[in-house]
Amino acid sequence: MRWQAYHRPATVEEALSLLHQYAGNAQVVAGGTDLILEVQQGTHAAPAALVDVTAIRGFDAVSVKGGAVVVGAAATHAAIESSPLIRQHGTALAESCSVVGGPQVRNVATLGGNVAHALPAADGTIGLLALDAEVQVCSWVDGEVSSVWQPLLSIFAGPGKNRLAPHQLLGAFRFSVCPAHSGSAFDRVMRPQGVALPILGVAARVTLDDTGMRVRAATIAVGPAGPIPFRATESEAVLLAAPALGPPAIEAAVAAAQQQAELRTSKHRASKEYRHELIAVLLRRVLTVAIERARSC
Amino acid sequence: MSILNLTVNGVQQKLDVPAHRFLGELLRYDLGLTGTKIGCNEAECGACTVIVDGHSVVSCIYPAFKAQGAAVTTIEGVAAGWHPTAEEGACLHPLQEAFVEHGATQCGFCTPGFILQAKTLLDANPAPSDAEIKHCLKDTYCRCTGYVSILNAVKAAAEKMRSGHMPAPSLPSQVEPLAQIGRALPRPDAVAKVTGQALYADDYLFVGMLHGATLRSAHPHARILAIDSAAAMALPGVRCVLTQQDIPGELRHGLVEYDWPAFAGGPYPARYVGDPVALVVADSDEQAHAALAHIRVEYELLPAVTDPVAARQPDAPVLHPDRPGGNLLKHIQVRHGDVEAGFAAADVVVERTYRTPMTEHAFLEPECAVGVPAGWEDPRYGRHDKLTIYVGSQIPYADRDQVARCLGLPKDTVRVKGTVMGGGFGGKEDIAGQVHAALAAQVTGRPVKILYTREESLRFHPKRHATLIRIKTGAREDGTLTAVEAELYGDSGAYASLGEKVMTRATTHATGPYAVGSAQIDCYAMYTNNAPCGAFRGFGVTQSAFAVESNLDLVAEALGMDPIALRRKNALRVGSTTATGQQLKESVGLLSCLEKVEAEMRAWPLEGASEQLFAPVRVGSKVYGWGVAAGYKNTGLGGGAPDKAEAEVEVYPNGRAEIRTSSAEMGQNLIGVLAACTAEELGLPIQEVSVLVMDTDLSPDGGPTTASRQTYLSGNAARLAARSMRERIQGVLAEKFDLPPAVFAFHEGLAYVDENRLALVKGEDGTPPPQPALPRRLHTLSFAEAVQTLIDEGHAPKLRYEYWAPKTQPLGTGGDMHFGFSYAVHAALVSVDCETGEVAVERVVSAHDIGRAINLLSLTGQIEGGIVMGIGNALTEHYIEEQGRPWTQHLGQYKMPGIKQTPQMRHFVVEDPTAEGPYGAKGVGEISSIPISPAITNAISHATGVRCRALPVDQDALLLAMKRGDRELDRRWGDLPA
Repeated sequence: MRWQAYHRPATVEEALSLLHQYAGNAQVVAGGTDLILEVQQGTHAAPAALVDVTAIRGFDAVSVKGGAVVVGAAATHAAIESSPLIRQHGTALAESCSVVGGPQVRNVATLGGNVAHALPAADGTIGLLALDAEVQVCSWVDGEVSSVWQPLLSIFAGPGKNRLAPHQLLGAFRFSVCPAHSGSAFDRVMRPQGVALPILGVAARVTLDDTGMRVRAATIAVGPAGPIPFRATESEAVLLAAPALGPPAIEAAVAAAQQQAELRTSKHRASKEYRHELIAVLLRRVLTVAIERARSC
Repeated sequence: MSILNLTVNGVQQKLDVPAHRFLGELLRYDLGLTGTKIGCNEAECGACTVIVDGHSVVSCIYPAFKAQGAAVTTIEGVAAGWHPTAEEGACLHPLQEAFVEHGATQCGFCTPGFILQAKTLLDANPAPSDAEIKHCLKDTYCRCTGYVSILNAVKAAAEKMRSGHMPAPSLPSQVEPLAQIGRALPRPDAVAKVTGQALYADDYLFVGMLHGATLRSAHPHARILAIDSAAAMALPGVRCVLTQQDIPGELRHGLVEYDWPAFAGGPYPARYVGDPVALVVADSDEQAHAALAHIRVEYELLPAVTDPVAARQPDAPVLHPDRPGGNLLKHIQVRHGDVEAGFAAADVVVERTYRTPMTEHAFLEPECAVGVPAGWEDPRYGRHDKLTIYVGSQIPYADRDQVARCLGLPKDTVRVKGTVMGGGFGGKEDIAGQVHAALAAQVTGRPVKILYTREESLRFHPKRHATLIRIKTGAREDGTLTAVEAELYGDSGAYASLGEKVMTRATTHATGPYAVGSAQIDCYAMYTNNAPCGAFRGFGVTQSAFAVESNLDLVAEALGMDPIALRRKNALRVGSTTATGQQLKESVGLLSCLEKVEAEMRAWPLEGASEQLFAPVRVGSKVYGWGVAAGYKNTGLGGGAPDKAEAEVEVYPNGRAEIRTSSAEMGQNLIGVLAACTAEELGLPIQEVSVLVMDTDLSPDGGPTTASRQTYLSGNAARLAARSMRERIQGVLAEKFDLPPAVFAFHEGLAYVDENRLALVKGEDGTPPPQPALPRRLHTLSFAEAVQTLIDEGHAPKLRYEYWAPKTQPLGTGGDMHFGFSYAVHAALVSVDCETGEVAVERVVSAHDIGRAINLLSLTGQIEGGIVMGIGNALTEHYIEEQGRPWTQHLGQYKMPGIKQTPQMRHFVVEDPTAEGPYGAKGVGEISSIPISPAITNAISHATGVRCRALPVDQDALLLAMKRGDRELDRRWGDLPA
């Protein structure tokens, strides 16, 4: 069984009003590359209606507003991958979006869908989290649209579960324009066998001081390392405290991440031991690239 | 229903369709644009790729209403978009042309998706690099080509679009070609495949057609006590629910043993979760599938056995109590010489246990069969005098016989009409929906289509046997192999299928392509409650070759001997005797293969490599190493089985010819081989020969398309049929012009008296006869005129030839078990990331002795496709079952290699002809997939020091083994980590 109605609202008002009318029996869909598959395969109940948000005007826009890069929730992975604005200010996000699926999937799959799916290892989400991004949640309150910006991490409830109510949808994401001496990077390890999600993905953004030897700000995202996308805050603190940025500081950050992350064995995907190795390898690789980028800008 | 407006290939469409329609369904079934293929329904394979407003999308799960107001381009509209003034279909887009010229289409099912996806790249980037092409085609899958020809075709198309010039494919060198044999000719059906015009079974859209969906067992082993289909019957659109009670004839079918019930039930329990229990027939496919959940089945659960070793224990649950010997399908034995003495004489003995995975063919076209009742008339497909089954199947005559048997009908009242087939690889030999579709057509009096979902295809069809192989190899200090002792367990699953034959091949090839002093090999092919296992490219030899070639490298290591030298020392050659007691008399090109591969490895060194060919080379975090393996594979059924193929040739007064044989074209270009053989013998341009295959009413039996046998068997049948026809025409011309028949030559569509041949003909007194008084124009007749003469003289322009392959001997009786073998050597250069354990095959060098190249383009396609399939076997593929239930339920859980995993490859063709093969040819279909897996693990061992004894290699386990300093690794992907 599939859905009986397919709506393509042109405005957020229209979309939220439809969701309100269906009172929990409608499902927001964007690219549909996760949701529709799950409905097809019976792991997600078929909703009565799908509300497709990709035709909402401006929902796929990428722009700079008030010192932040704003990425519409319906921006596709392909658009993000090739956006000069995002490549410059959010390299980690562009890199993470460029490795998802093949071009056919990236042409329709959106960042909003990636985040709303709430998988702890979703590539786009990990890239976005490393940019310390915020998410705009749009709600239908007393017949009107109400939008709030909140931290990205606040909308995840658990693997595959977000905290959005049936009458809510994601509007956009924003992260700060890249300050001077700042750079970000993403890397992951996949397996070539029949597992779609990465074994581990790591993204980081660092901002250095003028000497290029002290870290002024760092955000590190890892997935999967717990039920929701994970911020390696201990590693970030180690980097901030390090008197000089060199191999010992990076090794200390690696050790902190290995300590803090809740790594586990997942069936046919990876052993805990292997992930323990990979978090170190990937964090070293990602930090090295991010620092190089920070020093050269 | 809602209104959808969109433009498809420039034509505006307004359609009233359900809100849940997918774009792929809309294109195929509402608009009849069946060039868009559906391979998986899960956005995994890319076959359904179309372009929506300039962006490629996978149409299988793309809601049609997303395309509201959009412009859609499908394969049918690609050429018209390129040649805006030309009529649709009159010209090809450069990509289509390049896919034809470069052999980038084989079964063709993935081709439309590849062309559309590549088009989006070329539209934006007129000169893409290899890396950009690979990035673009990353998740578009092909199971036939191995991607090299696709990559080259995209580059060639780009060049054509830039410069107007289409570069020719670069192919391995070979011996001098004949007029038609040994040339790189495009496939006869290539244009139909690149334009989306080729019709696969699901592309037949009969008026008034019903749809069937199959309910499969919920349990791996269970007796069916009752089936209540009342609730399903009450649903809208449902016409009938069929079960075992509706089978009018024999309840079981099978290729070797009739052990497989058409429906589980009655005396036959369900023996695996793919067993059909009931078939719903409804007006639509959706209604039929929706009804499945409403059928209530009462099961009595039986204990299941899902491990072949456990299945041999005396207390194991027995699957087929009516067979003697418990769960033992077959105990296969090879005895050769005195192994005890052999091991006593050995200086080194290596003994290991290896495991190979159950693997899945993953042909891109899921199984589909359409049954059409006798007397049915369709406006498009005409009248059907007999009960007819449209199906893409590897053994049409066996299908016909099995359908007739289950329906209780005489064989000649059933017709199997082969459609274009989207890949087979051994997975379309057994009955799938053929019996059900025929039965449903009989019961309803309407055409009934049964199209399997990808999930169902994975769950249902026979796979490659998982094996457990303990093998012990003994060698003298100088490398001479003195003894091999081995024990194999093959998991044959719930039904016999071709399991016994497959495991026999695994056993007889378990000494590898080497002369070994003595051998004792025992193989136990076991019934279990897993998916049945049967034919899959390599037919058991893929499995034993992994064990043999891994052990051989361990022997080389123990002796401190070069792995190639060890293989050269023992390689089979003319005069050698195999472990089954066959003395090889000719056509053993293995030494030549070894020589060519070694020379090329030396000529293609990695930067920083030492003189030591097999020494690891470290670059950054990666370590590189070469590995080598050899293999051989029989051509033809062998083992005493009568092996024949029949072909019919007909010549026409318009100068054309047709060759007919019911062999299967599944993408390998058998039709090109048959056309070439016929054209060669009749002296016709190949375009003047048409080929008809896979029709049990119109084409004689070519036998099963298996065992790499069709080039040899049906190729010979076609060659000899055409030769007989030529001789018949020669006879008529001889009579007419009073000359010896042999002086008439046939070339380029002409028949003429060859002056040279004439000069050789002696008169009765030893002097040449006088020059004939032929009118000058009769010196050269057109082929058409020659045919007309034949007909005018009262001779039939049609004849059949039944070709019998040389007799073979059953295993255990000594003598020639097979009439021919193909040989191959593969070298793989792998990289292993020492930080992550990730493995990549960077380069492959191959040499194949296939006797004679008939079509160099298709031969190269078979080689590249086989090698990439072997890379999958080593590194990515594993159909995982857990307690008789598949963990692998979707294609996304079964990754075949993609274009990014395709290595750089260099190939050599060794043409050591076999006397009776057509122009010297032997088979190539399977050998190309055999040595590559152990070549890869041997390379991993040289690179990292870790020997992987189980496939597919798990980077997780490999990294941990490297960290721990382990020398051997038994954990593979699919084993739960400890």
